[in-house]
Amino acid sequence: MRRRDFFAAMGGGIAVLLVDDAGAQQGGRGGMNRQMPQDVGAWLHIGEDGVVTAYTGKVDVGQNSRTSLTAAVAEELRVPVASVRFIMGDTAFTPFDGGTSGSQTTPMMWPQIRRAAATAREMLLDLAAQKWNVDRASISIANGKATYGSHTAGFGELTQGQKIVKTIAANVALTPATEWKVAGTSVAKIAGREIVTGAHKYPSDTKRPGMLHGKILYPPQFGAKLASLDQSAAEAMAGVKVVHEVLAAPRAGIGSDVVGVAAPDAETASKAVAALRAEWTPAAAQPSSNDVYTYFKQNAEGGAASGAGLIPYTIAYIAHVPLEPRAAVAEWNEGKLTVWTGTQSPFGVRRELMEHFQLPEESVHVIMPDTGSGYGGKHQGDAALEAAILAKAAGRPVQRNWTREEEMTWAYFRPGAVIEVGGKANPDGAIAAWEFHSYNAGASALRTPYHVPNAREQFHQTKSPLRQGSYRCLAATANNFARESYMDELAHSIGMDPLAFRLKNASHDDRLRAVMEAAAERFGWGNRKKTPNHGFGMAAGFEKGGHVATCAEISVTNGAVKVLRVVEAFECGAVINPEHLRNQVEGAIAMGLGGALFEHVEFAGGKIASNRLSRYRVPRFADMPAIESVLLDRKDLTSAGAGECPIIGIAPAVGNAIFDATGQRVRSLPMAPQGVVGGAGAV
Amino acid sequence: MANIRELDVNGTRRRIDADAGRTLLSVLREDLDLTGTKYGCGEGQCAACTVLIDGRPARSCITTVGAAAGKRIVTIEGLAPEGKLHPVQEAFLEADAMQCGYCTPGMILGAVALLRSNPNPSDAEIVSGMNGHICRCGTYPRIVRAIHRAAGKGGRA
Repeated sequence: MRRRDFFAAMGGGIAVLLVDDAGAQQGGRGGMNRQMPQDVGAWLHIGEDGVVTAYTGKVDVGQNSRTSLTAAVAEELRVPVASVRFIMGDTAFTPFDGGTSGSQTTPMMWPQIRRAAATAREMLLDLAAQKWNVDRASISIANGKATYGSHTAGFGELTQGQKIVKTIAANVALTPATEWKVAGTSVAKIAGREIVTGAHKYPSDTKRPGMLHGKILYPPQFGAKLASLDQSAAEAMAGVKVVHEVLAAPRAGIGSDVVGVAAPDAETASKAVAALRAEWTPAAAQPSSNDVYTYFKQNAEGGAASGAGLIPYTIAYIAHVPLEPRAAVAEWNEGKLTVWTGTQSPFGVRRELMEHFQLPEESVHVIMPDTGSGYGGKHQGDAALEAAILAKAAGRPVQRNWTREEEMTWAYFRPGAVIEVGGKANPDGAIAAWEFHSYNAGASALRTPYHVPNAREQFHQTKSPLRQGSYRCLAATANNFARESYMDELAHSIGMDPLAFRLKNASHDDRLRAVMEAAAERFGWGNRKKTPNHGFGMAAGFEKGGHVATCAEISVTNGAVKVLRVVEAFECGAVINPEHLRNQVEGAIAMGLGGALFEHVEFAGGKIASNRLSRYRVPRFADMPAIESVLLDRKDLTSAGAGECPIIGIAPAVGNAIFDATGQRVRSLPMAPQGVVGGAGAV
Repeated sequence: MANIRELDVNGTRRRIDADAGRTLLSVLREDLDLTGTKYGCGEGQCAACTVLIDGRPARSCITTVGAAAGKRIVTIEGLAPEGKLHPVQEAFLEADAMQCGYCTPGMILGAVALLRSNPNPSDAEIVSGMNGHICRCGTYPRIVRAIHRAAGKGGRA
């Protein structure tokens, strides 16, 4: 159903469409006779039965956006959380959205949803005032009802079967954070019960009548090209359909050919792919994970910076490892395509499918059930495209669930990087010089948050031998590691306490100083006692609207690092859900420990060696330190996202603690790839 | 190998017709539509596929259906049969011990098995008992708290 059809078909009730245009026409009664605005950011519907349904193109991959956005509606509409239903990431029913990334749901979508709900509340006040013929100021709205003296009416009663559609501009007044009743509290995870009972249907759980199972034949190495294909043996297998299609644009590493099978069950699909006889033209020589850092500098656009006096840091490629690998089910009906898939960008996947199949928007419907995590790793529609190609050829719905090996080989990775830093601190602690060159990491957090005169900071584009893409906070983790490690080096070069050194150079940034002071106080930074094999380190940073400071205590035994205690202070404006925010902060620290200490993609000759969990270590229970989060709730500031920034402090805090314990400066991530520090990753 | 015709799942005898060498995970998900049991790695490394077999935790992705036949299998769908949550399920909700929740069914069954063998585990015993489970969202400290909480409520069940 198209959006316009949806509103035409809606029953009585109120629909509020929020447009991101201050000059938007104010709507009125009379339904959807005029053209739908093209730039609707959010919409919300209150049915005659009083049920509130809100719609957003944003998705929930575990960051609890469903819960925070539901709280936004409950807050502004004065209804219980349980009476709000959210449709998310469904291209037929929700407004267009560019994707769930960059910690943008909270700063962008959260206020939009609130404005839509606030507008609906004001309309209900008007309707109640008309119904009882009283001044609207004498009416209160709470708990899903309008009340005037002894009169009460549910929202459905107020609309009396009319269809009321209102288009509003984005500048409607909102309830200030100091007056929040629902927002700002720890609303429990929506649909938590479905998760603990196993009832929630993740994308990989999708089933359709008559569904087949799809499997793809990938090249034996990145960049190898299909030379010949004999599919006769596979085609001879009962119930197997073999497909060979050529994409207009090649997929990085995978190429243009999509060769696959659809079969009645997954086991048969695997056997059929094994029966395909393909010959491949090998790719040209490619760098390995050992020499990629030299490769980055050699291939830098415009040449590498002169390295005189610069200290190199290296960052390994790492994998997202979402516990639910990419998954999709595709189904064709009369030339129209429906896909259920786990993606952070349902509208981006729709566009990929429209372009490949040359279909108009209304012929492709992408549905995104709440998914088994993403971390920036699920922006592309590979599984959806493969499922749709197989389903079209087979004439039946096809499920294409990636295996762990496929996920860890053919998905994209967080970029590896080389970062070179130079600088000088005056004896009084002022930074006198600063130079920072980041190769391939990305530009986030390239600029130092400290006061530095004449800083020279540059991001260098270069070539990547692996398919690379976004990751939780992406470059900020890499750039922040190099910067905060080097800040520690500068502090030690003048014999100054690392906290005092940072505070001195952050005199212009109250928010950054506040998180540093809060973390240091809870951690007991000033009272830390040096003992053999123990070390303390700290780091701070700013990214995506959040300010973070991290203190870590570690021990080193025969080179093996154990992180004992981490205190992290985080400030992202007004806190929307304290418990879920703490959960994000703790989870970011846990995940960040992997990239800090041991996660790294091993590759050579275009092949990924670390292509399964027995060959790629991720953090486990036993790796966890005691974690304490300190939340600074700034009700005077707009809320920023929190899924990413809390990850950037842990690696440099641990690295600085290793230096404190051992006198050894580790300038490569991960810092202990084989379990012990030392000897890795120098350029 | 002969096909397996019947499985005892969640207290019910279920008719199936599956090659004995297939994984229990595949049969549960594909043949019996019990999709609460999750695929995570296919090599017993992440424990998202954990079920109970005769009361003990098993990785259903590396267990053949032949090896599970004739035994009592409990999946996450069988933990709250009458709609009343198991104490461990309640504790996971109360401790907000999840983000995406994909690991949660396996975590909960692992925790149920742990509490059956050790009704009041220490932090260290929880960590060693649960270390085979991966939560990529990193909610480990919350899961430890949830298990303590369930233990306090008689999470043995």
